[in-house]
Amino acid sequence: MISLARLMLFLLTINVAVAQDDPMLFNHFKAERLEYEGNGKLHLFKWEVQNWVGNDEHKLWLKTEGDYSADQDIFGRADLQLLYSHNISTFWDFQIGARRAFEPERTFDGVIGFQGLAPYFIEVDSALFITDNGNFLSRLSLSRDLLLTQRLILQPRLEVNAAARDIQNRGIKAGITEFETGVRLRYELEREFAPYLGFDYVEEESLREHQHSLRFVLGVRVWY
Amino acid sequence: MFYQKKSNIALYSAVFLPLLINCTSCIADTYPLSIGEKSINLLGKSQQAILANGTLPAPTLHWHEGELVTLQVTNHLKEHTSLHWHGIILPYQMDGVPGISFDGIAPGETFTYQFKVQQHGTYWYHGHSGMQEQMGLYGALIIDPPHEHNPVERDYVILLSDWPEADPHRTMARLKKQSDYYNFQKRTLFDVVRDIRQLGFANTMADRLAWGEMRMDPTDLADVTGANYRFLVNGHTPEMDWTALFSAGDKVRLRFINASAMTHFDIRIPGLKMRVTAADGQAVKPVEVDEFRIAVAETYDVLVEPQSDQAYSIFAEAMDRSGYASATLTPRSGLKAAIPALRPLTLLTLNEMGAMHGTHGAHDSADNTGTAPEQHSVDHAEHNPAMADNPHAAHLHQMPMADIESYPTLSYHQLSAAEPNTDWAPPDREITLRLTGNMKRYIWSFDDIKYADAEPIKVRYGEHIRFHYVNETMMNHPIHLHGLWQYLDNGKGPSNPKKHVINVKPGETVTVDVFADAEGEWAFHCHLLYHMDTGMFRKFVVEKTGRQP
Repeated sequence: MISLARLMLFLLTINVAVAQDDPMLFNHFKAERLEYEGNGKLHLFKWEVQNWVGNDEHKLWLKTEGDYSADQDIFGRADLQLLYSHNISTFWDFQIGARRAFEPERTFDGVIGFQGLAPYFIEVDSALFITDNGNFLSRLSLSRDLLLTQRLILQPRLEVNAAARDIQNRGIKAGITEFETGVRLRYELEREFAPYLGFDYVEEESLREHQHSLRFVLGVRVWY
Repeated sequence: MFYQKKSNIALYSAVFLPLLINCTSCIADTYPLSIGEKSINLLGKSQQAILANGTLPAPTLHWHEGELVTLQVTNHLKEHTSLHWHGIILPYQMDGVPGISFDGIAPGETFTYQFKVQQHGTYWYHGHSGMQEQMGLYGALIIDPPHEHNPVERDYVILLSDWPEADPHRTMARLKKQSDYYNFQKRTLFDVVRDIRQLGFANTMADRLAWGEMRMDPTDLADVTGANYRFLVNGHTPEMDWTALFSAGDKVRLRFINASAMTHFDIRIPGLKMRVTAADGQAVKPVEVDEFRIAVAETYDVLVEPQSDQAYSIFAEAMDRSGYASATLTPRSGLKAAIPALRPLTLLTLNEMGAMHGTHGAHDSADNTGTAPEQHSVDHAEHNPAMADNPHAAHLHQMPMADIESYPTLSYHQLSAAEPNTDWAPPDREITLRLTGNMKRYIWSFDDIKYADAEPIKVRYGEHIRFHYVNETMMNHPIHLHGLWQYLDNGKGPSNPKKHVINVKPGETVTVDVFADAEGEWAFHCHLLYHMDTGMFRKFVVEKTGRQP
């Protein structure tokens, strides 16, 4: 954990140092989702944040997502990925690196994935996680922007997490472990700053339980 | 500040240096130019500009054909600077491109440019370092002919430019992160509903799917738009209203220069026919038009002869209709003309995109691009009587008025050199140069290779090269070759016009002839600043035979 934090700090300092010398090196921070998600029974704070540093071809890419339950003061799920990302075609990057999952259990996983823009303007973020005990987990998220006006934008979104095999000690059941779909309506006050509201339908399947629920979402999308 | 005291260029240009040349009839002036930072207020807030002699635009330089000019350019910035004399034939060391023709001008230093002026007409000069051109470092360059054959009563420079709200480096970063950052004219779900009503469900869906498959947007006419720019005439916003005076019956020459970083304009003067007499400083057979498009870095001279005692609006709409520049041509100061309303933008068509996909051959969407154009017949152009984007439309409206042809809009097809090129010879070599890019990632290139990764284009001195520019992108690219003319092949044979900038429209192929008659290393690039800076640039080397490796 500490070493990862050090690495992050190191990357941020590199960027500041080099950016002034070479204007073609950029840093892109994007909090696609910073939101409250809840219904009568649960109240969660969720985040999905990415940051890349690099040029057209090569990027160092950090991704983190997770949720925090204020009621119970626990993180339901939280992870951090550190990836090298290489532009392989007009719309696609290939990514390889490592993931540190903190909750519900601390694990190190290898990651490979593709991120980019599919035909019909579908944003795709996909990853295959190779766990330290030899299992395969995967994550796929798809989203698309639909313009109501130039600033009022409807974003349908879908995220699927899946596992290749059961993992008894983590309660993971083979198959789709988490399915999340919803719609967010954001208003871009600035391109970089857009509050939104919407809803998510979430289904979770584990060895211990099966849950599904509809949740209201309120948040903000920020990037620079 | 020091440079502000030197703003009176006329005072200094009166300095005469007869000792340098043994020709008493020649003129040889020295022009001191001082480049520095200055804060200006055009948008209701203070912004830093990079200016020559403290003015926006930089002072208009008046030269004479045959003159030996000496330009002493002093750098008061904290970074390197440069000035490039756009469209001027000169020794390459005087061309002013850092890293190619010279090392640039270091802070505190003065660089002396000196060369003999071999041409006349309307040109301009601008910074060629980083984003300095976008920050105000540009001015007009007017060269008088030895004998004026077409005297006019009034002669005005109309220098158009795009003044940015955001720091240009920030704009570059924004484009790299979200390339449609400045497009606020995209098609919405309501446009889908409207199109379904007008075109039917199947046609509308086929159209949206074709664009979606390509991951492109038909409203993407400009990367940086009126959302970031105020458009200026001679440094004036439309509210400041730059004004030119005339008396009824005057022959007025307007020298249009597009000194924008990123903006093509459609220019008209409602109520007046414009007689185009020169393009890129070169005399052309006059044609009369109601409107013409000026690509970034082009120049056009037009004559107007207002007969009535009324004011006229000189109206320059940005090609994507996200804003306009305007000025007033009036018999009395204070008398103004109505400013026309902005017309809707003309969408790109799948036809234009067809060419891109033709060259990629195997692309899945070839079928869609082949069949979809009809679906687009209700593109906004139909509601636009001037059909600004369609050169062929012009031919339908030809009118046999006097011996000067008249058209609603000017197109490259109508440009014909006033003096035929008698030295024309068949080409020694043909080079196909693909204009390429990745709009999503905001990377621009030639032949899919960025400048950073590219070898120079090398030709022999005296060689005649025929270039085929194949535009595989959905943007216009104004291609500029330093030091050498590009003869536009528009079917006029020896009267093909020579230009310093050739605008290549989306999906279009344009052929130009280049006679490599100037030795040295030259810059060759798209003149859209953010395209040039991301890689749409080459070094073009003309070598004497024997030295070629």
